[in-house]
Amino acid sequence: MSNIFPKVANKVPGWIMLGISLKVLAIVAAIYYYMTPSYTRAGYQPVQPVPFDHSLHVGQVGLDCRYCHSFVDRSEHSNVPSTNTCMNCHEVIQKDSPKLAPVWESHRSGEPIEWVKIHKTPDYVYFNHSVHVNRGISCVHCHGNVDEMEVVWHDKSLSMAFCLECHRNPEQFIRPVEDVYDLKWEPTQEWLETGAAEFVHNYKVLPPESCSGCHR
Amino acid sequence: MAHQATSADIPAEAQALIEEAKPVSIPRRAMVENNRSYHWVSEKICGIVEQKTPMWWWLATGISGFVALYTLFGLVYLVSTGVGVWGLANPVNWGWAIVNFVFWIGIGHAGTLISAILCLLKQRWRTAVNRTAEAMTIFAVVCAGIFPLFHVGRVWFAWWLFPLPNANWIWPNFRSPLEWDVFAVSTYFTVSLLFWYMGMVPDLGLLRDRAKETWRKYFYGVLAMGWRNSVKHWKNYEMAYLVLAGLSTPLVLSVHTIVSFDFAASILPGWHTTIFPPYFVAGAIFSGFGMVLTLMIPLRSIFKLQDIITQYHIDCMCKITLATGSMVGYAYAMEFFIAWYGANSYEAFAFVNRAFGQYWWAYWIMIACNVISPQLFWFNGIRNNTTLVWVISLFVNVGMWFERFVITVTSLANDFLPSSWGYYSPTLVDIYTYIGTFGLFTFLFLLFLRFLPMIAIAEIKALSLPQADPHNEDHPQNANPQPAEDK
Repeated sequence: MSNIFPKVANKVPGWIMLGISLKVLAIVAAIYYYMTPSYTRAGYQPVQPVPFDHSLHVGQVGLDCRYCHSFVDRSEHSNVPSTNTCMNCHEVIQKDSPKLAPVWESHRSGEPIEWVKIHKTPDYVYFNHSVHVNRGISCVHCHGNVDEMEVVWHDKSLSMAFCLECHRNPEQFIRPVEDVYDLKWEPTQEWLETGAAEFVHNYKVLPPESCSGCHR
Repeated sequence: MAHQATSADIPAEAQALIEEAKPVSIPRRAMVENNRSYHWVSEKICGIVEQKTPMWWWLATGISGFVALYTLFGLVYLVSTGVGVWGLANPVNWGWAIVNFVFWIGIGHAGTLISAILCLLKQRWRTAVNRTAEAMTIFAVVCAGIFPLFHVGRVWFAWWLFPLPNANWIWPNFRSPLEWDVFAVSTYFTVSLLFWYMGMVPDLGLLRDRAKETWRKYFYGVLAMGWRNSVKHWKNYEMAYLVLAGLSTPLVLSVHTIVSFDFAASILPGWHTTIFPPYFVAGAIFSGFGMVLTLMIPLRSIFKLQDIITQYHIDCMCKITLATGSMVGYAYAMEFFIAWYGANSYEAFAFVNRAFGQYWWAYWIMIACNVISPQLFWFNGIRNNTTLVWVISLFVNVGMWFERFVITVTSLANDFLPSSWGYYSPTLVDIYTYIGTFGLFTFLFLLFLRFLPMIAIAEIKALSLPQADPHNEDHPQNANPQPAEDK
């Protein structure tokens, strides 16, 4: 048989294998980066119908989270406030501001403001807000420093890995119940060394790690 | 010139003693009949690939390819519509998909047994059938893999079965036999494929060297991977073959053991028995040899390979079928014995229900095909009647499918809670998807016959032809008994 393959053909299998491995690596890396919630969800910052400024209301005025999200510690669902909540103050303060026009409109007509939802748990996940905030998990863990946001964005990935990181090691993330709504709170050395573990023990913080804990 | 002892120098009484002590020379059985030459073997087997494509091949490939589309459409319909199109419903959530999976994966075992265990045991007769049996293994595993893959439901998440790092921070459940199955079957497929391909390299080199058309030169040239028949190549080849045979040997036992764990590790009466692993392995080899016979007997006639795949080969395979079939029959009996002896009323019910419950007909088809039909192989006359052997091999195939059906469905349909008992029937989608896998299997097998050497040419020459023995002339008992006769 004549030599139908040039000498370089000896290297082709190596190239093919190298090429395939590089392609597979690139695809896996791309999927891992572009198709996980840290890319697809984190950073989402829609324009809201009312330019409500959290950094002003929480950061400067000093409102508690629960003033507006009033059922967060009593319900699985953290509510978005009704127009009436806004009107408690804005009937008097800055009542002629053009930014408040949609709020007045809603107040008169009784139709709620259509806020754009930012944080969504998938429908196959059962998440209970009250059980978290009443066991020392602060708003800031999942929602970021909302007190510094002019327009709220999706700060954390809220992926399953994100949930499990805390569920597996709650003592690294937990804080005293009274400091849950203090978004500026920093743990003391003593808290990190002993306090958190004691809290986890005394409050019987037993975050579920089984499938049915969240996927009921 | 040195003095050499000849018989003339030996005293007469010593000569008589030598004659008396001399072992009886029994001629070794000719593996290739009619004293064929190297050239004949090359021409015969390469000729199958090199001849003009016969009309029947086009016809058979066309039909089997069309039937394979049943599986494709069945799966497309399943995925696009939802798992409800299969007949699965509480309490029977393992229906035909699992039955078909175990059926196909079991068939593969004969190929591995022939290529690995019989190689290590130096069974020379394996050389005539190993290539085809290995091809059968690979195509059967392909068919088998389809069913659990789509049984997971959301098939696009099937990669979750592999322990890959993921954004969910969870691993598959390593304590589940279903997960072990993923590893068992994928290892099995990989090793079988490597073994099959590697064993083929010298023959591909031969086909390349004989090639006349350009496409053949390139096609076999690429596949032969630069095989030049050098001693070094052969040394590496033999070593690699031995290593792969060693690797495959535990796989013959492990794969179906783990498949049986899918059932045995549960707590369902009828599944939760310790006899399952050996019983499944014996059943797998039994079904595999059934399929090898089903395939080899027609092939041998179509391609006129009676000199290579001789009556002796068929005889050997019949005997293995008989042995494994008897093991399976023993296991059936022992299951019943233990169900009675164990004095567990649930277990006892499960077995009585198998034989006399709502699926009694499946049970008795299984007994007739798996226990009774192989017993006919005790008779030399039946083993020598190729048509009968072929018919019995079909019964074995049918019986082994029913065995998996009986195991899977009867235990589930009548479980602990009588209020939830049900009767499982497959839907048309189930049936067509299953029939389609026969099309796929045949289609792949026909491609193999057309493009690859269906018998290990190099091995036949080295192991089965007396000429291959360099001391052939010194040991006339190694020579074929009859002189060459052109046929």
